[in-house]
Amino acid sequence: MPLVFAGVCSHAPGITGRADQADPDSREEFYQAFHQMADDLKASRPDVLVIIAAEHFANFFMNNMPSYAIGMADFYDGPIEDPGWLGIDPVRVPGNAELSERFIAEVMEHADVSYAQEWKFDHGIMVPLHFLTPEYDVPVIPVNINCQGPPLSPLSRAWNFGDALRHAADRLEERVAVVGTGGISHWPATPDSGKINEPWDRDFLDRWCRNDRSALLDYHDTSIYAEAGQGGFEIRTFLAVSAAARGARGTVHCYVPIPIFAVGCTIATYQM
Amino acid sequence: MSLYYVQKFLYELNRSPEVQSRYRSGETGLFDSYDLTDEERSALTSADVGLLYHLGVNGQILMHFAAFHQIAWADYLQLMRDGIQQHGPVREGVYAMSGYEGTEAHTEALRSEDSTAPVNPTDAKGDV
Repeated sequence: MPLVFAGVCSHAPGITGRADQADPDSREEFYQAFHQMADDLKASRPDVLVIIAAEHFANFFMNNMPSYAIGMADFYDGPIEDPGWLGIDPVRVPGNAELSERFIAEVMEHADVSYAQEWKFDHGIMVPLHFLTPEYDVPVIPVNINCQGPPLSPLSRAWNFGDALRHAADRLEERVAVVGTGGISHWPATPDSGKINEPWDRDFLDRWCRNDRSALLDYHDTSIYAEAGQGGFEIRTFLAVSAAARGARGTVHCYVPIPIFAVGCTIATYQM
Repeated sequence: MSLYYVQKFLYELNRSPEVQSRYRSGETGLFDSYDLTDEERSALTSADVGLLYHLGVNGQILMHFAAFHQIAWADYLQLMRDGIQQHGPVREGVYAMSGYEGTEAHTEALRSEDSTAPVNPTDAKGDV
């Protein structure tokens, strides 16, 4: 059946790990939007949450780097980071290997993808789940787009991949929710951490809300790197959600730059 | 120079309590399966975050190494800045894509490319 939910959110480790160092008003504005997104997600009664992440060398490395990967396991452990550093307790997140396999087979009708029967979640998935499904009571299918180790799959391919995810979701009986996680402009874990190009972000989010394919694909990694940092490569996850939403229009519920979180903290959804 | 193997070691250290234990005990031979220069091996054993950043280690790998060594976030950022100051621009890897040479020079370079483009509306200094 058609998607029951499609949205995007930030996932930076500082969101939970350095919460006490953030401006309280900004932090609460963002947290409230995250909690509202959780309520909206729950109201959509998903049977499974497909979470599109851009993991950070937790599972995939340059010895064998998939451009696109989908999890196919009954459980996923996380966080891979030190729990005290991240501020999230260790947990075993439920998956559904059988459902994943059916989903992956449908995706493969339109896009090539690696699958993984082992997958440890890093902050890219743990931070969103911490807010969206704090009881970890919705089975997850993790999806990864390589946004860290170039060469990276072109943006147009990320779009096609999102389209394939939608095709697969439509073919399932289950109610599927899709959430993309990533930063827009940011320079994570570098000396520039904390720099945020707000005008660039707002322009991107405008294109995202209009779900304007040609405008969203009108970026190149060289200019993304220059203007939005290497973290900007993660817009691939946002683009995949746009494609999966198939022309639906979006709303930004929250955008607030929080330097200690190293990102413009974003919550946005499409009207499905 | 073998940035790949420096990052491979750190990737495995970040993931594996066993490798962490062997690293902590200073086990000789721990690096035997990694093709490292003396400089790289020394940077790893002495936890020289600034040098590792200069060599091109991705921050998404390096920040966990810093956390493993109980280095506070603000100190981690400063160590990288000091590394660039001391050793020069990042040699290799994703941060060398545009000849990246550190926060201030990078910002200035962006400004000079397009004086109308606001490139640093949220000051990185607010982070430390």
